[in-house]
Amino acid sequence: MSTIHDIRSSHFKSDAREAIANVELRGALARAQEKSNSKRDRAIQRIADDWESMRDQASAIKTWTLENLGEQLELFERNAVKNGIQVHWAEDAENACRLVNEICADAEARSVIKSKSMVTEEIGLNHTLEAAGLEVVESDLGEWIVQIAGETPSHIVAPAIHHTRESIHRLFEETLGRKIPTDAESMTMVAREVLRQAFLRADVGITGVNYLVAETGSFLVLENEGNQRLTTSLPRVHIAVSGIEKIVPRLADLDLFLRMIGRSGTGQVVTTYQNLFCGPRRSPDEDGPRDMHMVLVDNGRTKLLASEKRRQTLQCIRCGACLNICPVYRQIGGHAYGSVYPGPIGSIFTPQVAGLHKASQLPFASSLCGACKDVCPVKIDIPGILLDLREEIAEHGEGQRDQETELKMKRESPAFRRWSSLMQSPRKYRMSGALVRTMALIASHTSLFDRFIPPLSAWRSTRSVPRPEGGSFRARWRRRTEANR
Amino acid sequence: MRVQLFVTCLVDQFRPSVGEATVEILERCGCTVEFDDRQTCCGQPAFNSGHHEEAKAVVARTIDLLAEWLDEGGDAIVCPSGSCSAMIAHSSELLADDPVRSEKARRVAERTWELTQFLIDEMKIDDLESSWKGTITLHDACHGLRDLGIRDQPRRLLAKVKGLEVKECASCDRCCGFGGTFSVNYPLISGAMADDKIEEIDASGVDAVVSGDVSCLMQLEGRLQATNSRVKALHLAQLLVERDAGS
Repeated sequence: MSTIHDIRSSHFKSDAREAIANVELRGALARAQEKSNSKRDRAIQRIADDWESMRDQASAIKTWTLENLGEQLELFERNAVKNGIQVHWAEDAENACRLVNEICADAEARSVIKSKSMVTEEIGLNHTLEAAGLEVVESDLGEWIVQIAGETPSHIVAPAIHHTRESIHRLFEETLGRKIPTDAESMTMVAREVLRQAFLRADVGITGVNYLVAETGSFLVLENEGNQRLTTSLPRVHIAVSGIEKIVPRLADLDLFLRMIGRSGTGQVVTTYQNLFCGPRRSPDEDGPRDMHMVLVDNGRTKLLASEKRRQTLQCIRCGACLNICPVYRQIGGHAYGSVYPGPIGSIFTPQVAGLHKASQLPFASSLCGACKDVCPVKIDIPGILLDLREEIAEHGEGQRDQETELKMKRESPAFRRWSSLMQSPRKYRMSGALVRTMALIASHTSLFDRFIPPLSAWRSTRSVPRPEGGSFRARWRRRTEANR
Repeated sequence: MRVQLFVTCLVDQFRPSVGEATVEILERCGCTVEFDDRQTCCGQPAFNSGHHEEAKAVVARTIDLLAEWLDEGGDAIVCPSGSCSAMIAHSSELLADDPVRSEKARRVAERTWELTQFLIDEMKIDDLESSWKGTITLHDACHGLRDLGIRDQPRRLLAKVKGLEVKECASCDRCCGFGGTFSVNYPLISGAMADDKIEEIDASGVDAVVSGDVSCLMQLEGRLQATNSRVKALHLAQLLVERDAGS
């Protein structure tokens, strides 16, 4: 059964409340968004004339690939095997973790080093490996911070974005049990010392994948810290784990995606390192892993292929631009979403993959402002898919909603049925309009009646109630027409 | 030009002066304004909340009404809301199961404009000979901005207003946090989103924040009042209609 590790999206409302109360977090998020958005804008400005056609092209490649996903994956497998890569298929998270565990056991591994990968967070790989007695060390700085803090990433590109330099400093001193200077460079050097030892100890290196290339059977993984190169060159075995949607048909397609992902995600023209893996060590190579494995993970993804609209969700290249622009994410950060995939893309990916009952609040946790759609490099219609999911949950979701959503629907569904009948009759509309105006007028003076009208008390909890001007437009119009007669 | 004012339920019930201002502006531009008082709502509240069956019935009725008026020789439908105009633009997709209605909706959408879009793009008028003494900042309402591409139109109109100074805020195109039922389902997030904008608006020292959507304005005004700010929230039409006014 497909699932997302440690999912707690059904606690969205209370987790979001907690996040809102955290002033330090909100400050960190606002600063991080400002910085990443201005960097993104600058990086795109330089190729502004081409950007829209690049988005069209990238979206078209992804659309075509998803339409031909089975065939493209088989092509990848054939070519990868020719390259000496051992390819494994995992239907769900449990399967994927078992496969990786078995590979580690076969290699008689005791220590594993990892570079940043969202799909291994999704399947909860670290947890399973540790349960089997292996040491697992995250080597991406942000991931390592999150790991030693015992947290999950709060952003798909910048996992420790919820931290400040001060909180990281506290964490380092507590973990290492010694005094450390407070400047970023010294702190990074400390992390480097610790991680170097872990690299040298590791028997297996695990990475994610950015792009599987069908025609060559090779795969590209991007990074900025050089940790991935060590992860894949020092240990005896390299295991790459990839969602099946990460495939592109041709090597030449990478040219386009490389120019887009860095700009979209971190405002870089290209990421610092682009590592293209074409197979394990072969003679006369002097280094590189002896064995290279590719674990292809479905974990609910093929379910999404059925609908043309929702299939777009799988076009995602995990750049994080939608998180960086999202005004909701800005207020609550990633953890409140209760999924390793937070923000706008997470709100469409999580419920579809993990099941509506696990994350039925997420599609509603958006003001539908559409900023995510505008920045998406592969043009995923995130607001459109949110609306689609809302419809499924509201109209066909009985038995598939979490408690909070069920309560909401109990209030909302009959209310909208009444609303619909009122709005179809001008007479009823007029009468109910007058009633609402009177209520709003009273409510603008007193909160005495709020408890009888839940939406009113919810509104007032953060805003004053707008006072109606008095009378309706249609009444004024009628008076005007009569006067002119 | 015969113009049907699609007034929207919020303007009708809460801010009728925005409707009156819209009528006056359109008449100033030489339009003959009509208003069919059988109008109710564009259907968006239910649509955005996932209650599509309930929305469809309302949308279908609104589309029938407006299409009938176009068939009788009406020229343009104008709406003082980017959000409701965008809903009309999406209607044909929502009504796809009913091809005749869907086609009607497409025809209605082709003849429907948000107010500033209509003035600039269709009437080619940017100077309404208005005057308003004071400083304002703009809030680009999301649906107008992203679904209809309305960004320059209000700015071009405001640039011609005598006595007016427009101070742009960096967050002008960031959502105010309203989002329909989102505002009451997640009031804390919604309020925090408004705060984020209001902080910058307040600090800019303007007299008013101006927008093309009453829904955003009620959200911002509600939060401005709750935080005892002196900044007012005004609809574009309320400002553009003035010939001699100020803060």
